[in-house]
Amino acid sequence: MYKTSDKLTAWFIGIGMATLFVGGSLGPIQKLEHVGINLYTALNSIGLASYYQGLTIHAVLNALVWTTFFIVGFFTFIIPRSLEKPLTMPKLNVLSLIIMVIGLVMAAIPILLNLATVLFTFYPPLQANPFFYIGLVLVVVGSWVAGYGFYATYLSWRKEHKGEQTPLIALGSIITMVMWQIATIGVAVELLVFVIPWSFGLVAGVDPQLARTFFWFTGHPLVYFWLLPAYISWYCMMPKQAGGKLFSEPLARLVFWLFLALSVPVGLHHQFVDPGVPQGWKIVHFVLTFSLFVPSMITAFTVIASLEIGGRARGGTGLLNWVRHLPWGNPSFAAQNLAMILFAFGGISGLTNSSYNLNLAIHNTMWVPGHFHLTVGSAVTLTFIGIAYWLVPMLSNKPLWSAKMGVWQAWTWFVGMLLMSNALHIIGLNLSVPRRTMLGAAPYAATDWQPMLIEAAIGGTILGISGLLFYINMVGTVLQKKRLETPIEMPVAEVYHAEEPVPNWLDAWRPWIVVTVLLIVVAYGPVLVNLISNMQLTSPGFKLW
Amino acid sequence: MHIDTRERNYIAISVLLMLIFATALMVSAFAYGIQVPVPYERVDPNTVATPGVSPWGDPVEERVRELAPNKYEAYILAQAWVFLPNVVTIPKGASLTLYVTSKDVQHGFNIQGTNINMMVLPGQVSTLTATFDEPGTYNIVCNEYCGVGHQTMYATIVVEP
Repeated sequence: MYKTSDKLTAWFIGIGMATLFVGGSLGPIQKLEHVGINLYTALNSIGLASYYQGLTIHAVLNALVWTTFFIVGFFTFIIPRSLEKPLTMPKLNVLSLIIMVIGLVMAAIPILLNLATVLFTFYPPLQANPFFYIGLVLVVVGSWVAGYGFYATYLSWRKEHKGEQTPLIALGSIITMVMWQIATIGVAVELLVFVIPWSFGLVAGVDPQLARTFFWFTGHPLVYFWLLPAYISWYCMMPKQAGGKLFSEPLARLVFWLFLALSVPVGLHHQFVDPGVPQGWKIVHFVLTFSLFVPSMITAFTVIASLEIGGRARGGTGLLNWVRHLPWGNPSFAAQNLAMILFAFGGISGLTNSSYNLNLAIHNTMWVPGHFHLTVGSAVTLTFIGIAYWLVPMLSNKPLWSAKMGVWQAWTWFVGMLLMSNALHIIGLNLSVPRRTMLGAAPYAATDWQPMLIEAAIGGTILGISGLLFYINMVGTVLQKKRLETPIEMPVAEVYHAEEPVPNWLDAWRPWIVVTVLLIVVAYGPVLVNLISNMQLTSPGFKLW
Repeated sequence: MHIDTRERNYIAISVLLMLIFATALMVSAFAYGIQVPVPYERVDPNTVATPGVSPWGDPVEERVRELAPNKYEAYILAQAWVFLPNVVTIPKGASLTLYVTSKDVQHGFNIQGTNINMMVLPGQVSTLTATFDEPGTYNIVCNEYCGVGHQTMYATIVVEP
């Protein structure tokens, strides 16, 4: 029944993992450069021109390609199973894979030829080769097409199941795709209307402030596009793996709807120190960003309560003793649980980032990569790795090569990330050390930065080892001859209070879409009208690498 | 909709916590004046460095001005990969208003160890005011990627005793 979608999933996550391998490999090399161990001279011989070309590869592959490919693949797998029906229009989903791969190749060539060393934010007027931008557009368009395939499947399910509540896994996935569709309008306008014509020389200039604003319209909801699939696993799958039940299903639904409504109108909190954005709108986005913490706080309560049910069912007692009774020997569970713990720290530093004037203390310092390696680099990536520990065996019909190695991988990631992010947060906040900088060659680098940079380099190296353990395990799983003796099933958590009906407004699209669009119009309408009416397309392109 | 009482209380406390944090930040911004950059004026990055067109076209040594005793302003031009002027000297206790713009790509402007942290965009003027009570040398570091020489882009503020 799921043959086509399973095959597609294998392609999506396989390509995603391959890109994470390349992008991730560059991470430890960056951290070593900061302490004076410069491996870039050696990498010159294989064509890497600079630290910043490597940083572009690291960021584009890890943050954009790995995440998007894994998410689309994961949804291609879980939506049909959650709705218990195969993809209605599988050709759309095949098409989405083809478009995304073409986009990936098209963007990768200029990056590898050092024609697009503009990092993943590609702030104009740094000007990359046009095919870099077109490739990125195609990756996004491909993910839209995957969304259309999911919507078609969902609509046909709704026709067949009138009056029934959408299963939570499918609902969360579809909400994520709809949010993504709305959010990516910003970067689509930036690239299609302004940047691509300018990179072809059809128009002479761009307005950098306007371009940044369109970028961050997409740039912050991008974070929730990464995170919500992890939330789906935490809410709907992990309780099952822990032997527990989903504690409060209606709240889980509410959380996904709140993310639809609130993910987009918060982007200006990335632009608190931008010169051209009016103060009042910065404050509006600051308040909206704070409101966005509430659904994440609810998630913390509900997910921990759901796991506690499992820990107690497995013999745990007392206030905290149940934690020890969780299935820590299961690598899929261990990885995701440790990812959640790291996310707690990342959430706190994220609150600082979005705190209006407090942001002055840490904007563009090492604090920021310290933060997002805990979120996208751990909450998301380590959770996806945890998912892979059951998903890859299920897809390949082969047992996980080594569960023990999987547990080691999860813990080394946890320890490496704690060391690295701790060091980066401290040097960012206390010493204003800039991010995205080849610090080993910076004339202003101070000796009191060294202890923390060394800690970060040790953490980064441990993370590199953790990554290797993951890839050895994946390759070992796929290449072995052994077959599964008992088939694996997708973990789906039961609901704790199943007798309580879920109110209808938590399964109704129209009111939530209206709220979403209204919030975006109110929070972004005036500021965009202001910027567009004062637009000055005066900046020519620069290629400074 | 059924919500467990403990979870309901927890959500209420979470919302309250956010309100307290937000209030504290607004007090620090408006009662204590810790502010972010706000729109000042637009310039043309292609001509901003031309003499006679704008203050950033003036000779470098004339771009730090004493307006009144202990009140200074500086017009700093960011470009790949320098700030000009790259040394700003002021006496201890002076207030310094910075006007920074870029004639090429985006840059960052962070006086290390202070709350002066701004994006510098071509076409825009970033401005903040700081008072320096401690004598010493402060580094201004570019903290936005601006090309392969980005790590060499910095300047200093010398606060004389």
